[in-house]
Formats: sequence, C-alpha cells, structure tokens
Amino acid sequence: MTPFSFNRATDRDQALTLATRGARFLGGGTNLVDLMRETVERPAALADVTGLSREISETPDGGLMIGAAVTNSALAAHAAVRTRYPVLSRAILAGASAQIRNMATVGGNLLQRTRCTHFYDVEGSRCNKRQPGQGCDARGGFNRIHAILGASDACVATHPSDMCVALAALDALVHLASASGTRTLSLTELHRLPGDQPQIDTVLEPGELITAVELPASALAAHSTYRKVRDRASYAFSLISVAAAIEVEDGRIEDVRLALGGVAHKPWRATRAEESLRGQPASLDTFRAAAEAELAAAVPLSENGFKIELAKRTITAVLAELAGVDA
Amino acid sequence: MPITINGSPVPIPSDPRVSLLDLLREELHLSGTKKGCNQGACGACTVLVDGERIVSCLALAVQYDGRKVTTIEGLADGNGLHPLQAAFIEHDGFQCGYCTPGQICSAVAMAGEIARGMPSHVTGELDSGTITLTRDEVRERMSGNLCRCGAHNGIVDAILEVYGTADARVLEAAE
Repeated sequence: MTPFSFNRATDRDQALTLATRGARFLGGGTNLVDLMRETVERPAALADVTGLSREISETPDGGLMIGAAVTNSALAAHAAVRTRYPVLSRAILAGASAQIRNMATVGGNLLQRTRCTHFYDVEGSRCNKRQPGQGCDARGGFNRIHAILGASDACVATHPSDMCVALAALDALVHLASASGTRTLSLTELHRLPGDQPQIDTVLEPGELITAVELPASALAAHSTYRKVRDRASYAFSLISVAAAIEVEDGRIEDVRLALGGVAHKPWRATRAEESLRGQPASLDTFRAAAEAELAAAVPLSENGFKIELAKRTITAVLAELAGVDA
Repeated sequence: MPITINGSPVPIPSDPRVSLLDLLREELHLSGTKKGCNQGACGACTVLVDGERIVSCLALAVQYDGRKVTTIEGLADGNGLHPLQAAFIEHDGFQCGYCTPGQICSAVAMAGEIARGMPSHVTGELDSGTITLTRDEVRERMSGNLCRCGAHNGIVDAILEVYGTADARVLEAAE
C-alpha cells in the first residue's frame, strides 16, 4: 500500500477543507482499502467521514433522509425502511456479507468501483478505467458479470451495488456538498456511462462529498421487492438483479418503478419497460413485452450472452410476483 | 484515544496503513484471528467491534480509536470454553481450524442480530420482528465465513445447538 496521511473529519467543513487539499473521503473502507492494497487506488491522503451524518430521519413531506455515514446494516434494519421501502432492505441484505454490511456506509456504497477482475489485475491486465488509454482486456476476457447495456468500446464494466439499484427504482435523491456550496442530484444522474472516459464513474466534482440520500414519499414503494440472480446462493455479485414496485388496480397497471443491476456501468432505471407497462393489463404477456422493450438494445459479450434472456425472465418473474399474476 | 482490545487499552499505530488484523497479529501477537484472503472475501479475520462483527483485514486500525474490539482470545472465560467453542468441538465444526476463530466470532455477533430482529436475505417477512433461526437462516447469515475443509454442516449444527430456539429444533427434526 502506498503511504498516505490520515485525518478523521469531525464536521463537514473540515472534511471539505481536507478534500480541497487533495484528500480522498474514506467510509467503511471495504472497497477503497482493498483497492489501495491492490495499488489500483493510490491516494496520498484520506479523510475519514464515518463520524459525519449517521442519522436516518423523517422528512417534512413523508420521506426519509439517510445520512451518508449510516451503515448498510443500519439502513436495512431500520423499521421505516422495512415497512415503507422493502425493496431497499431486500437489496442491501442481498449484497456482500453481514461483516461488510456492518462496515460499509451509504455514501461509500454509492461510490464503490467495479468488480471487473481486469480492473483489479494491476500486473496482468489492460484496463481503461484503471489506466486511461491502456485498452480493455475484459472485452475479450473474463466478462461473465459485465455489461449488456450502455457499454462502450473502452469499457464493459458494471456497477456492483445492489443498494443503488433499489435507490434508482425509488427515485432517490443524492445530497452533495463542496467548498462552493451544496446541490442535489437524482440517483440516476449520479453515475455515468463509460463512453470514452471510463475512468470517471460519477458526475461528482473533485472534492465533492455525498452528505445524504433522500427517499421521497411513495405509496408505491411499500409494495416493492428485489430479486438477485447470482452464481452462488449468497455472498456473490449479481449477474442480473431487479428492483421493482408496482400498483395494480382492477387488473391494470396504474404505476410502476423498475431498475436493473448487473447490466450496465450504472444502476439501470428501466424507463422503456416502465413506459410500456403503464396503463396495460397486468399479465405475463405485458411483463414479457416490457422486458423485451428494455433489452432491445442489449449487446452480448463473449461470455455473458445468457444475461439478456436471464434479465427478461427475471423482470417478468418479479413483476408477476408483485402483481400476483401466476407465472 | 486508544483501542480497547479484549479489555486492554492499545495505542493507535503511527502508520495509518496498519490494518486492525495486522495490529492484532503482528504487534499484539493475538494470532487467534486469522489472515485468509486479506481482501474481505473469506471472513477468517472476523472480530467484534462494540459487539458487531467486521472483517479486520479491511479495517484500518486508525479508524477504530476509542472502540472496543473482542477477538477469539477475549471470548472464553479464563480456561473455560465459550459455549460455542464447546459446540464446535462436539459437532466437528472444523477440520484444519483455520476459519474457526472467525466462524465463532461471526456466530456470536449473529446471535445478537437475531435477538434484535435483524432480517436476512432469506427472512420471509421483513417486519415481523422475530426471527426463527432455521438452518437456511444460519447458512445465509454465516455466508461471509468460508470453510475450505467443508465443515459447514457441523458449523451450522453447533450454532443451532447454542442459539437455535426449541421451535427451530423441531423444524430441524422434521426436515
């Protein structure tokens, strides 16, 4: 590990000041410490922000404000999340292990980097995300867990988070602070597609800090779930995951939220499928047609062509389960 | 502020690169906690921090000042075994033993999570408040601790003997 200086930020202003001097923010360390040990990341300074914003509170309009330093475990266990946003508890509990969920923070989960093995393989693989312009060994290499939507010639990596897939479906907002002020983004705007700059995962400015994630009030969200398909029954990154919420009245789909994980460089809000579902009868044919619409643009790699059909089947099955339609 | 490790204060290392795991093993010679993958994938280095389980390999020791760490050496009461240690022996919950300290620390914290009603990936109702510790629940909740000898069945048996409810044992017998 490359030597670095360490400071624990006692408040937001101190954290932002440390960042203007070049420090990287450190949450639970479950991703960044690992990447530093592998020398994928070599920050000269770290600012520990785990002491900031550890609260989950009700917002005036009936939503929840989640401090960025709340642990994944605490968020999944929170009573209001379990009853009003079950998709979020389910997504978090489907990710990592209990030990890692106890350490990992909400802010860190949003900013975790891809689990592409070629990205990690400093000595043996070319990677445009790790070293811009070097080339991509994943495209013709180990790409079983890689992207089928929104990839580029430069990068086929996926975003590994389960939590973010649920947040994308829940219309979550991300609150940010920097030396020049504060701003709020939609979660779906935070992460970017790789294009020709795959080294940049998000639209965050240098030194910008995630301070909170906000869940808007949603009647729909209480009827939501998350399904993760992976190579092992537990403790594995997703091949395909689906976060969904649906409201069916008199057999018609009144409203729906759908997001996919394991398919792209960012948590994938399935807007095409949502458009094709609204107002339609809640049936297997409708669900399958929506899945077909969303995956129409999918492009397989050498080892992950199965994911296109797997995504369609998982979307259909999850919507059928939520809508009470026999599969 | 020092870290309290098994009841004793320990100064924070001057080099922030030192992991909690390396502090335990290399500086304090508490070698019960094991280094397996050193990347958060195997759980051999699991310890308790303020009663919660973490992987000490991904923990920078400097982040844990003022916290209370318990390792496998801190679980037993003098020369008497922790009930879970005795159950692991009884049920052949290990062969080589390398993963065992992590398994036992992990299971001790898991029991606390169950007592608080913390759901898992396989829990049916998220808001029921009580968890029945079935075999599936144990396997899911212990999935962060790998055993390459394949002693998982004995591990689950040992955990169910100590922490399983009478209801769960009836379910077990029926399976």
